[in-house]
Amino acid sequence: MNDITLNHYLLVSGILFAIGLTGVIVRRNLIIIFMCLELMLSAANLTLVAFSRFGTVDGLPNYNGQVLVFFTITVAAAEVAVGLAIIVALYRARQTVHVEDLNSLKG
Amino acid sequence: MTAAFYIASAVMIAFGAMVVLNRNPVSSALSLVVSFLGLAGLFMSLDAYFIGIIQILVYAGAVMVLFLFIIMLMDLKAEVRRKLNIPAVIGGGLIAVLFVAQLVAVLADFKPGQQPMPALAEGRATDVKAVGTLLFERYPFHIQVMGVLLLSATIGVIALSKKESAK
Repeated sequence: MNDITLNHYLLVSGILFAIGLTGVIVRRNLIIIFMCLELMLSAANLTLVAFSRFGTVDGLPNYNGQVLVFFTITVAAAEVAVGLAIIVALYRARQTVHVEDLNSLKG
Repeated sequence: MTAAFYIASAVMIAFGAMVVLNRNPVSSALSLVVSFLGLAGLFMSLDAYFIGIIQILVYAGAVMVLFLFIIMLMDLKAEVRRKLNIPAVIGGGLIAVLFVAQLVAVLADFKPGQQPMPALAEGRATDVKAVGTLLFERYPFHIQVMGVLLLSATIGVIALSKKESAK
């Protein structure tokens, strides 16, 4: 009964995703919002690895899932670099990283 | 293995919550590092040692250094004085609670997810070799696309952070 099942991992990953989603909605600092995006992305990675481990093929984990996680981490790293460059450019232009101060599209 | 799962997931979720709850961006960033370390522990409890190490190297190492560097560059102290947006806090918390409740309800009926972890054929982990072989034999095109993506991201970052007067 104490065995860890796939559902445990899926639940933990879902909780992490929910924390990230809450952060994106609640926080007003662009950098923190960006960090919460990373949390959500990592939660998705955890799901992929969990499915890879529990969906064994010939007694080995299904490594296609781990390759996909490898690609996801690469894309996330590129995304962080570009996103932070955009935030820095924004900070240079407006001297703020608070979403409430960025309301020039508001009617 | 059971203890490792509970410890790693507790660390990951507790420090993930600290990312959202901390008012100071530097504390948030450092909490995110610890959260990622917990996540790497979870990856290793799933016998994905390669992905766990990559997670530590890329996220806890490179990405978080980038975050801390940007925070240092902007000198974000004013944030502490801001007051919270109450409707956003209520809405965000409600959405998260609803999401987790729905997930629990779905997982309760998910029979394939209730089996214990299947045993591996070999006792030792060979995942670095297996992932590497798969990457270069089955997905060679994809890894080249990744290279192009990283190159274009580098060029994009340089173009974005160039001084305005250069044009």
